[in-house]
Amino acid sequence: MAEMDTSSGGGHKKGPGVKKGKKLSTRVDLTPMVDLGFLLITFFIFTTTMSQPTAMKLFLPKDTEKPEDQNKVKASGALTLILAKNNTVFYYEGELLPDGSNFKSTGFKDVRDVIINKKRSTNPEDFVVVIKPTPDATYKNTVDILDEMTINEVKRYALVDIFDVELQLVAKSLQ
Amino acid sequence: MPKVKVPRKSTSVDMTAMCDVAFLLLSFFILTTKFKAPEALAVTTPKSVSTKAVDQKNVVLITMDKEGKVYFQVNDENPDEKEAVIDAVDQAKALGLTAQEKAAFKRTGAFIGVPFSKLKSYLALSPDQAKNYKAEGIPVDTLDNQMIEWVRAANSAFTGKKMNLLVKGDNDAKYPSFKGIIDALKKNEIFKFSMITDPEGVPAGTDLYKRNQATGGKATDE
Repeated sequence: MAEMDTSSGGGHKKGPGVKKGKKLSTRVDLTPMVDLGFLLITFFIFTTTMSQPTAMKLFLPKDTEKPEDQNKVKASGALTLILAKNNTVFYYEGELLPDGSNFKSTGFKDVRDVIINKKRSTNPEDFVVVIKPTPDATYKNTVDILDEMTINEVKRYALVDIFDVELQLVAKSLQ
Repeated sequence: MPKVKVPRKSTSVDMTAMCDVAFLLLSFFILTTKFKAPEALAVTTPKSVSTKAVDQKNVVLITMDKEGKVYFQVNDENPDEKEAVIDAVDQAKALGLTAQEKAAFKRTGAFIGVPFSKLKSYLALSPDQAKNYKAEGIPVDTLDNQMIEWVRAANSAFTGKKMNLLVKGDNDAKYPSFKGIIDALKKNEIFKFSMITDPEGVPAGTDLYKRNQATGGKATDE
């Protein structure tokens, strides 16, 4: 490429053996420049934060002491989801039977089908989802299940404390 | 028959066009890039289908890290409210904070992650010391929920303005910490707050997906 002409070319201006000044090409090899360009692109791609964080709204119900102020849930239209450890979900429809026979287990992948099935099979006015996270559930589980409410357009849902009976059932089922 | 002479072609390609493209992309990325602000608390937020961007005005941020420790922070753009918060807490708990210690709270990016009993000594630390301080988090359990006091202070400091309460939690934080925060908010009659999440696509075939298709994908946040 770039070479210097070191041959002593004689002092004569014009002679039969004198080389004419070669016309140098103006084209430059751009390969290293392209390399550099792509290197910088990669750097900026990796450091950039494209996605802005989003906000998810949550409305809490007001705690009321008086029983007549509390929202009554029609048992038949209720679906209770219990979030346990290791991303497992337990659920039951309606009221929990004393023998725990309608207490079923599922995961976060299949919980959508459970919600959809229940939603399709109940009167929209009675349909309500009760979410009960156990102390072992993670924040991600909670957000995921709330998100599931948005995805499936569940209008009425509540985040409720878990009962001891259910905790015992969960502990028994996980064994 | 004479051999057909194949002219030897040069293997070098003209790089000008490629160079142009590379630098065009480069300038695009340089202009759009927004460097991540250095965060003292490393938190990986969960994903949700919510499409509403976080409002950055009048922010009161409650952070939960992956061990479930809870931190409290007031936006740096509201120095007056920050001062009001620390004054209110100082008075309510009779901590006897000096002006210097209060100034430590007003420092950029300062957050609180200690119980009231240790607040005075924590605020007395220099910025470098505070950075390396192993905070234990604000207690939020049912017996001693100190977040109630912080939220009350923030609530009164933001009187007349719309306080934007944000909860930012780590994926691995356990539910009891979150419940403690919810309880603290309920005690202060705050029934509406936002959780910071990362965006995620709506799964195809679901009700929300169908509605989005019908309404032309317009974001509907209720």
